[in-house]
Amino acid sequence: MHPRLELRNISKRYPGVLANDDVSLAIQPGEIHAVLGENGAGKSTLMKIIYGAAQADSGEIYCDGNLITAHNPAMSRALGIEMVYQHFALFESVSVVENIALSASSAFNLPSLAEKIRELSLRYGMPIDPYRQVHDLSVGERQRVEIVRCLLQAPKLLILDEPTSVLTPQAVAKLFDTLRQLAAEGCSIVYISHKLDEVQELCDTATVLRNGKVTGIARPKETTSLELARMMVGSKLPEMHVSPAAPSEKPVLEVRKLSAKARDHFGVDLSDVSFNVHGGEIVGLAGVSGNGQAELIALLSGERRHAQADAIKIDGISAATLRPDERRQLGLAFVPEERLGRGAVPSHTLWENAVLTAHRFGTVRKGLVDRRRAAAFAANIIDRFKVKANGPGATAQSLSGGNLQKFIVGREIALAPKLLLVSQPTWGVDVGASAFIRQTIIDLSRAGTAVFIVSEELDELFEICDRLLVICQGRVSPPLVRTSTDREEIGLLMTGRTMGKDQMGSSSVALQD
Amino acid sequence: MRIAAPVVACVLTLIFGSLFFASLGHDPLPTLYAFFVEPLSSLNGLSEWLLKASPLILIACGLAVGFRANVWNIGAEGQFTMGAIAASGVGLFWPNPESALLLPLMLLAGMAAGMAWAAIPAFLRSRMNTNEILVTLMMTYIATLFLSYLVHGPWRDPAGFNYPQTALLPAAAMFQSFDPAYRLNPSIFITAVAVLLMWLFTDRSFLGYKMSVSGAAPLAARYAGFRESAAVWIGLLAGGAAAGIAGMAEAAGPLGQLSPQISPGYGFAAIIVAFIGRLNAFGIVLSGLLMSLLFLGGEGVQMTLALPSALTRIFQGILLFFLLAADFFIFYRIRLVRPAKDAHALETAR
Repeated sequence: MHPRLELRNISKRYPGVLANDDVSLAIQPGEIHAVLGENGAGKSTLMKIIYGAAQADSGEIYCDGNLITAHNPAMSRALGIEMVYQHFALFESVSVVENIALSASSAFNLPSLAEKIRELSLRYGMPIDPYRQVHDLSVGERQRVEIVRCLLQAPKLLILDEPTSVLTPQAVAKLFDTLRQLAAEGCSIVYISHKLDEVQELCDTATVLRNGKVTGIARPKETTSLELARMMVGSKLPEMHVSPAAPSEKPVLEVRKLSAKARDHFGVDLSDVSFNVHGGEIVGLAGVSGNGQAELIALLSGERRHAQADAIKIDGISAATLRPDERRQLGLAFVPEERLGRGAVPSHTLWENAVLTAHRFGTVRKGLVDRRRAAAFAANIIDRFKVKANGPGATAQSLSGGNLQKFIVGREIALAPKLLLVSQPTWGVDVGASAFIRQTIIDLSRAGTAVFIVSEELDELFEICDRLLVICQGRVSPPLVRTSTDREEIGLLMTGRTMGKDQMGSSSVALQD
Repeated sequence: MRIAAPVVACVLTLIFGSLFFASLGHDPLPTLYAFFVEPLSSLNGLSEWLLKASPLILIACGLAVGFRANVWNIGAEGQFTMGAIAASGVGLFWPNPESALLLPLMLLAGMAAGMAWAAIPAFLRSRMNTNEILVTLMMTYIATLFLSYLVHGPWRDPAGFNYPQTALLPAAAMFQSFDPAYRLNPSIFITAVAVLLMWLFTDRSFLGYKMSVSGAAPLAARYAGFRESAAVWIGLLAGGAAAGIAGMAEAAGPLGQLSPQISPGYGFAAIIVAFIGRLNAFGIVLSGLLMSLLFLGGEGVQMTLALPSALTRIFQGILLFFLLAADFFIFYRIRLVRPAKDAHALETAR
């Protein structure tokens, strides 16, 4: 018998990164197949290729033994491949049945479609009232709508992208029952996740990806979490030697029992986060994205404020209620994850973007922007950080991601901060520039600045951090000293499992529903 | 390209206008001549041209300050009306009708009233997150009806044969024309100052810089700690102040008294002026002159060729339409998309 879907030697290159490198995998009919990997491991690219939303550079896809040529999403649907995305695409202001009718290719017949929805949703144990308005539905119910939308097409292969990231444990249990029932009826399921416990509970086979390559194929039910974690995060040793830190006596950043509700359905509540960062040391925050990093960084930078002033102290001063510019006066500088639109104004020139945060450094005088000084300031950054740009008059959007990142890092470092927050310092930055940015951050810290880095790249954190924290489901682990921890320990903490002492609470803590 | 778009829009408007005249049974070229050239061929025409351009430019400068920060004040017509009402109130009821302070006081009153009228949507937007587009527009109707109430009721001129209008403003409450034969008066200097202030604010000041960041990238403004509510307040108050002053200058200039209709739509036309001028001080001067010419030309052909007065609005609308379309085609291109050939592809797969 042919596998339901088979990938042979799929490779896909994006500028600067090999997203999939010679990936092969086979999914049998009725099998629940996990694709496991860290963020950036190439899972999403692979799914896009399977669904036809992206084309592989090389390699072949077979469906029931037939080679698929000229792949596209319409083709996938014709072949019975359906995908449930992590973030739902529903129109909030209309009802469930209208939403589903909008995506159906056939002509509308709302009453009969509603009847089908009711019947199908009951059969798979996830009842939905087709006439309810989507804005009334909880996140779990919205996901049911997405799944039912796929099931109406009687799929032969269903792809689910991180389906449990927004579900309560109860909803997860129900979803798993539905998936098992579907598989028993012969539908193949591709389950993308980074949560080991879920994969072990649900899946028959797991293909593990790291840096775009398959690093292992396992039967999760017969494999230990430790082995899976090792396949996922690798076990390369840190490469760069960093001179020992000389932490200041008093912490520059103190976070005490910081809790905050998420602002939307896709956010994560922070609970009881406490840590310190001293001058002269680099503290890294590891974790899979969407575990509360965005919320934490917004609270630290002041983009989001907190009612309890002393939950965050900068240089000994209660800062949680202060605005970003007020925190900057205390010595904060911040490199955000998004460069265009947050760290820099895309349509503005580099000298204008220098004024964005450097307005206390001589570029604004008597309420007027001093263009000459701003241009000199920008030219200095361009020069010192080897930014490839057409001078201070180039617009931010004309720079490549890596060069703009160098400019933003350079701008924030030029502010001579006491505390530097950096989120994803080297995302999308090529290898040479990455090393340069990391070295710059190390040098800054050794000169006495407290540095707090959020990154999803463990290799990077191991390379430059003195101490590591791990965030999972909005909780932050106690600090681990880099030299006495290892990837396995961090990898398990990232997926919500603990080795030895239970510091993290139960695994896969529920989010709001 | 951003400079080319208004030119393209103007040319297209002329072409469309010619077709339009032809369809009404008028020879396009003489009609276009009557519309765009004749009004400027006399000294009186030139005076009227600047007189009408002045409030348009003044208001557009104020509005553009907000538009640059994505603060959409489209209620300048109402702020203009309130400015005219407040200024006329001072002019009519000030104890000493010959005081030299009268005109400056009226200026302040007009400005304050326009700002106060804009402060309401600013408060609602920054505190309650209401939509300032709707609120400013609705406040315009309130202002217009309030004016109507005043001139039909409490402020009606007792010696005015029951016409809905106020008494004439005293001479000290009026701008004196440069030449008694024409209506152009020194209030155009206020506009000139406003243009310079607007340029200084948007191009050189740190406050203006912050506003442009708020408009271009709200997340970057938040990242840098610029207050969003500050942008809302400054944006709306600048528009309100400019419109209020324009209302005062209109009352104390060509009108000389209040009646139910005091504006030929300056407040709305100024929105178009601001956009055609690319929200830039000197661009606004040019587009204000163009828009003023449309007002004059519309009146001209109405009298000489008996074309309908709605023509002015049609031309304004066409111009804005073509400008937006030109902008759109600068940033996007059209691609024909064929329906996916599912069935065919599936066959090949099998």
